[in-house]
Amino acid sequence: MTNTWQDIKNANVVIVMGGNAAEAHPCGFKWVIEAKIENGAKLVVVDPRFTRTASVADYYAPIRPGTDIAFLSGVMRYLLEKDAIQHEYVRAYTNASLIVKDGFTFTDGLFSGYNEDTQTYDRSSWDYELDKDGFAKADDTWQDPRCVINLLKQHVSRYTPEMVSRICGTPQDKFLHVCELIASTAAPDKAMTSLFALGWTQHSVGAQNIRSMAMVQLLLGNIGVAGGGMNALRGHSNIQGLTDVGLLSNQMPGYMNLPTDKETDFDVYMSTRQFKPLRPGQISYYQNTRKLFVSFMKALYGDAATQESNWAYDWLPKLDIPLYDIIKAFEMMNNGQMTGYICQGFNPLQAFPDRGKIRRGLSKLKFLVTMDPLDTETSRFWQDFGPQNPANSAEIQTEVFQLPVTCFAEENGSLVNSARWLQWHWKAADGPGKSMSDIWIMSGIFHRLRELYRKEGGAFPDPLLNLTWKYTDPISPDPEELAKEMNGRALADLTDPASGAVTKAGTLLDGFGQLRDDGTTSSGCWIFSGCFTEKGNQMARRDATDPREQGIAPNWAWAWPANRRILYNRASADPSGKPWNPAKPVISWNGTRWVGIDVPDYTPTLDPSKGVSPFIMNDEGLGRLFARKLMAEGPFPEHYEPLESPVENLLHPKVKNNPAARVFPGDRAAFGSPDKFPYVATTYRLTEHFHYWTKHGLMNAILQPEEFIEIGEVLAKEKGIEQGGWVKVTSKRGVVVCKAYVTKRIKPLSVDGKPTHVIGVPIHWGFTGQARKGYGANTLTPSVGDANTQTPEFKAFLVNVEKTSAPVAA
Amino acid sequence: MALTRREFIKLTGLGLAASSLGMLGFGASGVAQAAAVRPFKLSRATETRNTCTYCSVACGILIYSMGDGAKNARSNIIHIEGDPDHPVNRGTLCPKGSALLDVVHAPTRLKVPRYRPPGGTEFKDVSWDFALDRIARLMKDDRDKNFIAKNAAGTTVNRWTSVGMLAASASSSETSYLTWKVVRSLGMVVFDNQARV
Repeated sequence: MTNTWQDIKNANVVIVMGGNAAEAHPCGFKWVIEAKIENGAKLVVVDPRFTRTASVADYYAPIRPGTDIAFLSGVMRYLLEKDAIQHEYVRAYTNASLIVKDGFTFTDGLFSGYNEDTQTYDRSSWDYELDKDGFAKADDTWQDPRCVINLLKQHVSRYTPEMVSRICGTPQDKFLHVCELIASTAAPDKAMTSLFALGWTQHSVGAQNIRSMAMVQLLLGNIGVAGGGMNALRGHSNIQGLTDVGLLSNQMPGYMNLPTDKETDFDVYMSTRQFKPLRPGQISYYQNTRKLFVSFMKALYGDAATQESNWAYDWLPKLDIPLYDIIKAFEMMNNGQMTGYICQGFNPLQAFPDRGKIRRGLSKLKFLVTMDPLDTETSRFWQDFGPQNPANSAEIQTEVFQLPVTCFAEENGSLVNSARWLQWHWKAADGPGKSMSDIWIMSGIFHRLRELYRKEGGAFPDPLLNLTWKYTDPISPDPEELAKEMNGRALADLTDPASGAVTKAGTLLDGFGQLRDDGTTSSGCWIFSGCFTEKGNQMARRDATDPREQGIAPNWAWAWPANRRILYNRASADPSGKPWNPAKPVISWNGTRWVGIDVPDYTPTLDPSKGVSPFIMNDEGLGRLFARKLMAEGPFPEHYEPLESPVENLLHPKVKNNPAARVFPGDRAAFGSPDKFPYVATTYRLTEHFHYWTKHGLMNAILQPEEFIEIGEVLAKEKGIEQGGWVKVTSKRGVVVCKAYVTKRIKPLSVDGKPTHVIGVPIHWGFTGQARKGYGANTLTPSVGDANTQTPEFKAFLVNVEKTSAPVAA
Repeated sequence: MALTRREFIKLTGLGLAASSLGMLGFGASGVAQAAAVRPFKLSRATETRNTCTYCSVACGILIYSMGDGAKNARSNIIHIEGDPDHPVNRGTLCPKGSALLDVVHAPTRLKVPRYRPPGGTEFKDVSWDFALDRIARLMKDDRDKNFIAKNAAGTTVNRWTSVGMLAASASSSETSYLTWKVVRSLGMVVFDNQARV
């Protein structure tokens, strides 16, 4: 989230599209109701189903799963055509006026640079025209046809209301009404907030769904302001933290990237990361990358990370492919390329697409380790549970370790919520039986491996032997010590060049501004720097005081970066420093410095007359309507059909799906066609369950005891399916037999003149826990991900559904 | 008189029913009724501040446990509710958070390390030493065999692709940082978390 949960109350329009906050984030959704009651906000919901969020909306419009880009491109076309944009904001704070290279084109569904053989783009033409000083050229009059705003107008011109309606199945009048509500927030003192979740991410075009709305928000001037922003409602209690700390195949803590094979040495690695400003005088904060990287390597390898050793650069693993994500991991398993897999609090047999493929992959491992508080399906994939998990144990040669782990209530530590708050929590009891913490288990594995390498030698042990481990209790390090390590310390006496103040060696740092690139500072996660200072554990703060009751609560816990609660908040004020919305200012310029209720996302004393733009992490300082080379499938979003779709791509029949999607041949062979699988299915969560955990709790197992699908009344009637009757749902990959819930909440859509039925598949059942056994929605889902992130396409795929009889009781 | 919620709970729960309720103005019938009610059981419990383990709203919760931590007195969690001081949830919880206690005490909570040998049909209980020694041995044998120090072009790449790890989205950032250190010092690149699902 760019903003906070409470800040939602400041919105004038709340759009929920790609999510269902009322059911998935109920206690956060209260702030939407607050916005409605206290601020007169309009709630707009665009969703394939009439969800509980829709049931309290001021306006609801249906949409076919997987067509959000077409809808939002139509919104952009509307805003540009009606001139309903925040002009001063777009001119001063976005890249609308920058001029794009001549070689950049878009023809018949493909951007310039496409290579059909590799199904990837050469992105070199997706950039600005540069002048002789290396700065991007601009035309502030917007007359040049190559400036971003004109290319955008041209790009979205195809998304007329008629076309949007044909692709999305949204009736034109409903689409136009949503456009009108959105456009109302182009006024400088009005804001719209976008709340979204997996409904946008779990598509082969997921990242571009989100970019589309981010562009809408930039056109409306809704980024950085109170009641605005792009608010990803994240799913798990610390998934934000896991992402921040870089537990992803290509990541390091604080969103630094692991090196690739092409970055043969440290200087090459650095050369593409210390972004020089692309416009005169801009901050381009990543010029500081060397300080962040060196300080991280000092945290990791201590005295072994030296100038001479290039800060132990070679000890980091390098990547030969963009991602070793989970879909790739299971492909490798199925190809016999993996020996072992460790699942820490993660249940991939339930969570990842094409369950049959997951089961076959696990069966080919030599060993599987699960670390979990609960008895997961993954840990028992080798055991026969009937049709819900058929297995011949004797044939499966995988050694399996099921390790009992303590849960949230049994540990100290911090979790990062959706609003980037690091909140400390405390242990209330010991775990049951012999369960131990993840920290103890990981330390135990580490110590044993280090001992084996010391005794026996073996493959390149240097990083393992030199890893810093200076904890009071090395067997089970104290979370506070780990938090301090992430925060960072001075390793030598540091003198502030401006004030002359000295920070003594060993002192905890106040923030990442103090980091150096000469090895005199360390920080295990630079964006967390400031969370645990000499003043104590800032994450444990519990002062809920909220200046002007504007939803900031700056002294409650601690938010990264730098305790800033609203990202890009410089953009909440106009170029001269006056808040766009005087009734809800975030920061403003008082003549000598930036003051307000939040930590400025800007140099605190930087005079607005200097013309430094608000998006300080971007090299041009501007919000990007044109994404340059950063996205796999293009610098503008384009509508591509899901990999399994009932219709052709009406815009460019030859390029139906995301041309940059990575599809493994076996997975492609397992895609179904609409003649055999005519219905669009979409997975989702129920308010009574959390993934596959709550079915282990009695109360939730009682509330939603058994697997079902939701099916509209029209299709149910057509297929002879009764309320509560049994159905057989099939995709090319598997079969689910469960009950049908016949609903008024999903109605057939007219897509290009043809009726299209949508089937809802809740995800929560498996074969362990207290609920009844289920097959799991991932039995049906296709193994393909977003082209940038490889997030699986769970939200739009094809199935068939038939009436069947009740299974014979086992 | 102004009472905070905490003070109110303390006051009404400490067996001072007659005098305190009288003071609160409940009157004589209230006093008689209160005398018949057993003392509020949470008044003797330990209150611990925590965060709901489910979604990322990160609702503040209060965990109540009994057992004073004395030797052999194992603390047991008896109640969980929303933290009224928390600026986001302000004491409320959803159908998932309201039932947290059932997951903490689920019959399928794991209590002992278990091992299933190749071709086995059952788990058997094992010691932590057995499990961790064996895991370390399996990992080292594979790492020594499959570690890639240099690629075909001769570039130092120091990666290990044949053992992978998925990390937990409900574990703390401190756990995740320690996990990152261990995993990457081994050169592991098949490494991921639940961010996508």
